Amino acid sequence: MQRLLKITIVEGDPARAALIEESLSRAGQYELNIVTDMNRLTAAVAAQNPDIILIDLDNPSRDALETLTLASAPLERPVALLVDHSDANLTKIAIEAGVSAYVVDGLRADRLKPIIDAAVARFNMFRQMRVELAATKRALEERKVIDRAKGLLMKAKGIDEQAAYALLRRAAMDQGRKVVDVAEALVTTAGLLS
Amino acid sequence: MTTMLVGFLPLVDAAPLIVASEMGFDRAEGVTLDLRRANSWSALRDMVSIGQVTAAQMLSAMPVATALGLGGSASPLAAVAVLSTNGEVVGVSNEIAGRMRDAGHSFGMDDAYTAGQALIATANGPLRIAVPFPFSMHAELLYYWLTALGLPSPAALDIRTVPPPLMAAGLAAGELDAFCVGEPWGSMAVEAGAGALLLPGSLIWPGTPEKVLGVRADLADTDPEPLRAVIRALWHAGQWLADPQSRTTACEMLAGRDYLDVPAEVIDRALSGHLTISGRGESRSVPQFVDFARYSPQPDHAAWIGERLAARLGLDRTAARAAAMATYRTELHDQALRAIPGYQRRPTPDDLSFDGQKFSATQQE
Repeated sequence: MQRLLKITIVEGDPARAALIEESLSRAGQYELNIVTDMNRLTAAVAAQNPDIILIDLDNPSRDALETLTLASAPLERPVALLVDHSDANLTKIAIEAGVSAYVVDGLRADRLKPIIDAAVARFNMFRQMRVELAATKRALEERKVIDRAKGLLMKAKGIDEQAAYALLRRAAMDQGRKVVDVAEALVTTAGLLS
Repeated sequence: MTTMLVGFLPLVDAAPLIVASEMGFDRAEGVTLDLRRANSWSALRDMVSIGQVTAAQMLSAMPVATALGLGGSASPLAAVAVLSTNGEVVGVSNEIAGRMRDAGHSFGMDDAYTAGQALIATANGPLRIAVPFPFSMHAELLYYWLTALGLPSPAALDIRTVPPPLMAAGLAAGELDAFCVGEPWGSMAVEAGAGALLLPGSLIWPGTPEKVLGVRADLADTDPEPLRAVIRALWHAGQWLADPQSRTTACEMLAGRDYLDVPAEVIDRALSGHLTISGRGESRSVPQFVDFARYSPQPDHAAWIGERLAARLGLDRTAARAAAMATYRTELHDQALRAIPGYQRRPTPDDLSFDGQKFSATQQE
């Protein structure tokens, strides 16, 4: 029987790391290790001596793994980027999903594919969550600014909320700007004058 | 109008790209830069390699390292412009700084000999120095400077890759003795109270290329026209940045949320060369701390980087030299600039290292 492949997941967020781990265990039987402390990244990876290292493309610690690609690396066998090992398409899909993989020399493409597929699926989900979170956060911030601008107008002009919003809207339309931009300008100006 | 996706890292020396886009130098040349911020050099290289972006800010050693087959394999890369010259800074942990002060070092930021000798004298074992990437001018300058002063490498010099955001923590935890990094990270380490600045890279070797604009080599060969427009836009940005009157505006632009997202005052230190070097607020002036778009990609620079990498990693030096030189596209850059009305090529300065060496000189065997 073939020895289990050793996979190291580099991920600072333990919750995300657990999700990647779960996704990989569904794809097959592997020996999985997780590194969460980026300050000990190279030492931890060297101690585990993995066949594959998975890391978020956006993780600034990726550059620390570059040293592992050298022949003088602290690993038994130097790793290379996924690019070397499989068709260019698989690499492209992985990078677009935001996952980069470092793979040891001589690992067969058919053993690699299910792992990359599982990681890609998980990272695509992370990205959706991130986009959703950013959109929600932005919407909340915009609403807060508009509410404050409405409050300022209501107080200054003695009008009700509806009239204050109508005023903001009209100003935005006249100037060809977004309501939130006009509201933000008003709030900033009011801050300077108070 | 052509839109070109260009990757960058939030660093002061991304200035020519940011300025070209913000000031409209790109549109004036018939191309729109669409800038994409990334978090690591390897990510930028891979994005260029698979075509997710057309071009990217790169460390001057990256196209050379790729040509030598180092650092994972990527598509062959070409450097079509030099974005910045110097701008690196060496800093030390508070502990090392204290020992150096006790031994009488004044942190003058004005002499590579005294700074280097003082640093070497404090070491109790191999000096552990962080750089942002294994194939970088930061690493090359450190190896050059400290071995020229007699420190045996690798026995007494441990240069390791640490992402700049983690350097301050590494110094504070006693895992690092020093670092060499681009701004704003040196000043940010000072702001965090994690260390003191010791020496600008410009005093180890003035005129060294720090960042280049990297593209896939096949693109430089087959579709150079949009690249020529970008090269001209970057040149205009460099001229604009060289005017002292632009500085305040430039700092505000770079400080923006989509770019560096750090206080404009911190960026001003690099652009003005007035660096705050320690938590005590001591400041030092460094003339020509960083320059932008100063010269065309120079084959001599590439050859030097290639030879140094080859010598350290046990590769064939002559082959490395040739492979490295092919990655720096002087002719493409010169051609692009000749189309600028009234453009006059300035001679490239033959800058010497702190101990009087030339880039063009082949190393002794």
